[in-house]
Amino acid sequence: MADAFDVLVIGSGPAGYVCAIRAAQLGQKVAIVERERLGGICLNWGCIPTKALLRSSEIWHLMQRLNEFGFSAENFKFDLPKIVDRSRKVAQQLSNGVAFLMKKHKIQVIEGVAKLAGKGMVAVTKDGKATEYSAKNIVLATGARARSLPGLEPDGKQIWTYREALVPDTFPKSLLVVGSGAIGIEFASFFHTLGSKVTVVEVLDRVLPVEDEEISSLAAKAFAKQGMTIKTATTVEKLEKTNGSVTAILKTKDGKTETLTVDRVISAVGIVGNVENLGLEQAGVKVEKSHVVIDQWGATGVPGIWAIGDLAGPPWLAHKGMHEGVIVAERIAGVKGTHPLDTSKIPGCTYCWPQVASVGMTEVKAKAAGRKIKVGRFPFIGNGKAIALGEPEGLVKTVFDAETGELLGAHMIGAEVTELIHGYTIARTLEATEAELAATVFPHPTLSEMLHEAVLAADGAALHV
Amino acid sequence: MTTNILMPALSPTMEEGTLTKWLVKEGDEVHSGDILAEIETDKATMEFEAVDEGRIGKILVPEGTEGVKVNQPIAVLLAEGEEAGAAPDIEAAMASIKTAVDEEAKTPAKQPTGSPQKEVPDARGESGGGVKPDKAPPETGGDGQRVFASPLARRIAAQKGIDLSSLSGSGPRGRIVKADVEGARVSATPAQPRAAAAPSPAPAGTSLAGIAPLPDARAYFKPDDYEEIPHDSMRKAIARRLTSAKTLMPHFYLTVDCQIDELLAARARLNAASPKEGGYKLSVNDFVVKAAAGALIRVPEVNASWTDNAILRHRHADIGVAVALDFGLITPIVFHAEEKGLAAISAEVKALAERARTKKLKPAEFEGGSFAISNLGMYGIRDFTAVINPPHAAILAVGAGEQRAVVRNGKVEIATVMTVTMSCDHRVIDGATGARFLQAFKLFVEDPAALLL
Repeated sequence: MADAFDVLVIGSGPAGYVCAIRAAQLGQKVAIVERERLGGICLNWGCIPTKALLRSSEIWHLMQRLNEFGFSAENFKFDLPKIVDRSRKVAQQLSNGVAFLMKKHKIQVIEGVAKLAGKGMVAVTKDGKATEYSAKNIVLATGARARSLPGLEPDGKQIWTYREALVPDTFPKSLLVVGSGAIGIEFASFFHTLGSKVTVVEVLDRVLPVEDEEISSLAAKAFAKQGMTIKTATTVEKLEKTNGSVTAILKTKDGKTETLTVDRVISAVGIVGNVENLGLEQAGVKVEKSHVVIDQWGATGVPGIWAIGDLAGPPWLAHKGMHEGVIVAERIAGVKGTHPLDTSKIPGCTYCWPQVASVGMTEVKAKAAGRKIKVGRFPFIGNGKAIALGEPEGLVKTVFDAETGELLGAHMIGAEVTELIHGYTIARTLEATEAELAATVFPHPTLSEMLHEAVLAADGAALHV
Repeated sequence: MTTNILMPALSPTMEEGTLTKWLVKEGDEVHSGDILAEIETDKATMEFEAVDEGRIGKILVPEGTEGVKVNQPIAVLLAEGEEAGAAPDIEAAMASIKTAVDEEAKTPAKQPTGSPQKEVPDARGESGGGVKPDKAPPETGGDGQRVFASPLARRIAAQKGIDLSSLSGSGPRGRIVKADVEGARVSATPAQPRAAAAPSPAPAGTSLAGIAPLPDARAYFKPDDYEEIPHDSMRKAIARRLTSAKTLMPHFYLTVDCQIDELLAARARLNAASPKEGGYKLSVNDFVVKAAAGALIRVPEVNASWTDNAILRHRHADIGVAVALDFGLITPIVFHAEEKGLAAISAEVKALAERARTKKLKPAEFEGGSFAISNLGMYGIRDFTAVINPPHAAILAVGAGEQRAVVRNGKVEIATVMTVTMSCDHRVIDGATGARFLQAFKLFVEDPAALLL
């Protein structure tokens, strides 16, 4: 048996490594187990490399508009392997960064596959050899992976998950994206911008179904205007692989079927938690719908075993996992004044073009909750910076409780909105009302002025519309 | 020129009062010092004197009006030669009363009046369902300490009439957040489903975050089975003050038996020697007051008041003596009791009690003090505990003097024994300190001659 730790974290994604750092800051003796690469999906196969790809497609998009900005160039083209290579280098740099952070905080990194092995024990297998470690607290942070639907099983060649889509061996001239959540839409946006003929199929009646209806509708219109094909209320019945292409049989809600032949398919139909082969059942850790069940503090109910991040359920967001990691580390160390995470204060961002970002309740949900609301809207066309940037399309929307002035939700679509949403998130966290937001001075000329105007608009007092 | 006569603040804590009786009528000439009206507060009825001279032009608040706010105009005083009809600001004064009354009805929470420019209709406020962001509750609690609360919590508190300073915050660094205020709101609503049929008075201000409210007693009884006696202002004051005292002050209790045979003998001698003219009749309680005064000077740690940043140690023994009234209870104060003889104390307590019964006490006579005595001996109560009446740090509960078997020098003997229990505010008084006080007190009541030391 090897060393005894205060905290042993299984999985080094954003939830796991942040938990390890916080625990180390609080004086705990910490180890972290990783079976693949430090940083988990987020750094290696998710958030970060996709943002690198999307940066390339954004530049490509701007290059199509060179003339508009006063440039001329001919015969420019993109080099897919170079784009992918840059994305991989970004991921590598950040993974190295996590390795540095582990070293800095004297966190022992254990390579291998971990499994619970009795009370306070974890067995880590590497190259067929198992080593046991004892720990007072074990934090499960093994994350999640793409869900696979029957008939749509990814094969890694013609039917991709996010994983293959990040390192495409070929540029698909035509692409079917199944699922219009954040992952599906981001890949659709990337490949479409670079010239793929992209079709998005969504089983629900709108794209980005977790977003505000109005934002969904604006996004669908923007995608359609760009030339993307959006098929909502449609399912993929069957995928038939032929040499070099895939034929999909699509079925609409009213029973009509149609066929579509594409080079590649990306399956983005949700994710499932990595709950297998961890020894959860023997340990008595409760699993529901492929996720570990936790209380508000990340406790599993089994003393000394905690769970955080995607493994512990939605929303499947790195920043949610990071906060859970901090909460669990502080609970373990007995820090006073730790607060549970309020999911209504977690923002969500989708980095398609145009970008979408939101926090809190949608207008429909606020009404359904019986709230008397007032809604503010401010369009990008009324903002000087947006026009100067050449990005005059988009909307910032606020939903306030009409009686108390509570900011129930905020929803936006347009250039750089993922960098703006935190303004409203801070407001929600500090429980600012429309009065404090209205009294806040936003710098001119910035896109952030739209946050102000959308607040004023809720009281019919927007200045630039 | 005309002058508005305003509702006076007859004590530092007075917020409103009842205008019981006008002693002048419209058209009467008044001079400085004339008594204009009788005003009743939660503790006493007081006479309100004229400060200026002139003629009463108009009485704005009729007698018998309850809940008249301090500084509200109650009458208009005309200067010499002016006509009532010519007074231009009477209507304005009337309007301001109506506004004040309306405002009060609309907003239960006490709020500062907005500045004039904020009164201009505000597009945002109007379209926002009457939400006026400038009407935030004060940022300080009653003791002047800043209350940390989120803007949303402040607004909900203002809307629901919740006193933020009565809540404890669950947010970062104890900040009061929405959930705390909503918790308070829930707890201020009677939770008993059976109460639905009955009127539901919300015991606002008596609930603490995280503590379940007390049920509305009406829920347990049929409406015909009881008589409902609405709270008068004294009952409300007792409820408010003693709930705060018992909730916020950590009470502990010390009990001692005092043998008072010598005291009774001394009392009998002194009363027998009372002169015919200007005589006195000393009670046991007068000795108790005198003994407590002596003990307070000997153990000054008990003669003290708690504040958030300091203990106030008082230089004089100002002893409140609880007086039972058929409509409640009041504690008039014998000031500088340590300087007074038994006869003076006796006369003073009698006069104060009489004036209390006829509601003639001035606030200065019952507000404050440094210690209190509650004596239920005349009802045969042997021993009880009392609730400390702030700003005091202790109260002495005095039981009946009764003959009991005591053991002296190994023999059972009969002695007259009086049991006293002191309630102490542990923030101010520690156990040993309280015990030293009771030692001194016991010495003075068992051997009154020791008061001469």
